[in-house]
Amino acid sequence: MALSRLSSRSNTISRPLSAAFNRFISTDTTPITIETSLPFTAHLCDPPSRSVESSTQELLTFFRTMALMRRMEIAADSLYKAKLIRGFCHLYDGQEAVAIGMEAAITKKDAIITAYRDHCIFLGRGGELYEVFAELMGRRDGCSRGKGGSMHFYKKDSSFYGGHGIVGAQVPLGCGIAFAQKYGKEEAVTFAMYGDGAANQGQLFEALNISALWDLPAILVCENNHYGMGTAEWRAAKSPSYYKRGDYVPGLKVDGMDAFAVKQACKFAKEHALKNGPIILEMDTYRYHGHSMSDPGSTYRTRDEISGVRQERDPIERIKKLVLSHDLATEKELKDMEKEIRKEVDDAIAKAKDCPMPEPSELFTNVYVKGFGTESFGPDRKEVKAALP
Amino acid sequence: MWGIVRQRAVDGGFSASSLRRTRSALVSARSYAAGSKEMTVRDALNSAIDEEMSADPKVFVMGEEVGQYQGAYKITKGLLEKYGPERVYDTPITEAGFTGIGVGAAYAGLKPVVEFMTFNFSMQAIDHIINSAAKSNYMSAGQINVPIVFRGPNGAAAGVGAQHSQCYAAWYASVPGLKVLAPYSAEDARGLLKAAIRDPDPVVFLENELLYGESFPISEEALDSSFCLPIGKAKIEREGKDVTIITFSKMVGFALKAAEKLAEEGISAEVINLRSIRPLDRATINASVRKTSRLVTVEEGFPQHGVCAEICASVVEESFSYLDAPVERIAGADVPMPYAANLERLALPQVEDIVRAAKRACFRSK
Repeated sequence: MALSRLSSRSNTISRPLSAAFNRFISTDTTPITIETSLPFTAHLCDPPSRSVESSTQELLTFFRTMALMRRMEIAADSLYKAKLIRGFCHLYDGQEAVAIGMEAAITKKDAIITAYRDHCIFLGRGGELYEVFAELMGRRDGCSRGKGGSMHFYKKDSSFYGGHGIVGAQVPLGCGIAFAQKYGKEEAVTFAMYGDGAANQGQLFEALNISALWDLPAILVCENNHYGMGTAEWRAAKSPSYYKRGDYVPGLKVDGMDAFAVKQACKFAKEHALKNGPIILEMDTYRYHGHSMSDPGSTYRTRDEISGVRQERDPIERIKKLVLSHDLATEKELKDMEKEIRKEVDDAIAKAKDCPMPEPSELFTNVYVKGFGTESFGPDRKEVKAALP
Repeated sequence: MWGIVRQRAVDGGFSASSLRRTRSALVSARSYAAGSKEMTVRDALNSAIDEEMSADPKVFVMGEEVGQYQGAYKITKGLLEKYGPERVYDTPITEAGFTGIGVGAAYAGLKPVVEFMTFNFSMQAIDHIINSAAKSNYMSAGQINVPIVFRGPNGAAAGVGAQHSQCYAAWYASVPGLKVLAPYSAEDARGLLKAAIRDPDPVVFLENELLYGESFPISEEALDSSFCLPIGKAKIEREGKDVTIITFSKMVGFALKAAEKLAEEGISAEVINLRSIRPLDRATINASVRKTSRLVTVEEGFPQHGVCAEICASVVEESFSYLDAPVERIAGADVPMPYAANLERLALPQVEDIVRAAKRACFRSK
């Protein structure tokens, strides 16, 4: 069967994930229908069916990619504690199903924009492990040349518009990208992702109002992990039914720990947005880590709650059970896959550690596209000057 | 402006400076007599937007009342009729929302011209101007550039009170990643706005409500649809040798009037119109001060940490040994703008303030 080829795979650190897979799984596109674990709850629309069309290839890809995302985030935790990653580092482990389910429903012409918990979204859009770790460690081969950091990953050629540090700002920006897609008659949509904390931002409602007025193909995706930093949703929102908060805008509540439910919802939302304008998706998800690496994540929630979710709802475990129950791989094969992933991540980190920091002259690049030779200065302007190209 | 040209043509005198003045007046008078056109700043801005929309389908206009209302100050008059609702968008009164949408559209490759009814309202959207627009090209190491123009009236109008009179030049010009332009004449308005719309970086375009209705002579070259002024270059509006007066926007007119008054007293003032607050044309500023040895900077905005402060610092740092007098700053009063007409007048620079400062710099104060 398809999986036996995986164990003989050679190292492919820098090759994009899809290329690595295609060599071993691409021939097996046997269709499989998966039932979502929970029904969808709808607001002002008819929910999609719980039967999700998938394939062997997709199921295995889901497992591998999510396992890769998980390992990447856990490795980032260690790097942060080793002080190789500085500043803010917001980890996505637990929420992988949202990133992967969304990618499965859309193309690279559809745009995604998110906040600062962006490492896995970047990976899902085709970013590479090496560029992730290099960026996190502030090295020149990072996806933003070391100048962005954890919160500012971008991949424009895959319509991934970042990576934003200001809570809520990405939502109007995402509606603007949807505006451009409609303006250019592109038949594509934008997924503007935000958290339960950002869901109360005024600018979100301003952008939603305009999107509804102008029928923009904007899909607002609330990744509700139930905590806005240390504040539980019930303490921040009078109405934590985020899928209903659009009022006149339809919404869908989705089990965000179920990659297939996410896929189905995103497919549904894309069809809706192209015809009828904005829609809200609320993904009921969970983050195992605290808000960021500065937050232990256990002062405002119990360890029992965290371990409870890990046991009952972990998205990778769910896929693993499906893979096993559909006989697509054995336990050993999956364990081997996880070992390979671990090695892939470790190799990427080792390579990234060897990557040098940016040249000092990079301090002054990319301030403008067209600098007209204008002068810019360092702290001692008589010492350090540059002409911006 | 036309008034000044007329005045120049009338004044006689035989001194070298007045001869120079008369000569330049004759030139202006001659070009007027030859049938040179005049244009209001309003029409200049309107024609600039119109031409850029015509040339590039990615350019669109967005803001409150820009469409059906024809523009709160009529700058976008006729554009909705000409280009339709897919190019001219009336927004709800939600600056944070529509500015974010404009910046997002620019991320995706469109060229929005976002109007703030006045720049006072831009404070509601300032996070998008600075964090979403100005910094993106840098944070993404060049992947995401933002070819957007934020435009609208800036600074004091007449009697509109404290919340509607602030000048934002210093605030925006301190941010790396933004370009900040401030036109004075109709030619400035056309050339700088066209340059701004074509520019691949975010531009804050500070107009002035009281200048909209003013007419200026405009050359054939400036009327051409390919006309553009360079960003980052100041204009010497009037040459002089005794003192340099540097300013932008409406205060350029005041500075020119002050220069006239100073000329009557034998002081030859060089008046520089910055046109570009960021990038700041330090070369022209310093070259002028090195020539005259004296500096008077003028702005309408609040004095502390203002544009004038930056100009003074630049001159003191780079041309210290050329200065023959302390640098002078004339700025708006350090108070919120009052409503009463007499207090408002006291809160804003007047021609006599500029004259007095120039005389001080020449050690000629009474």
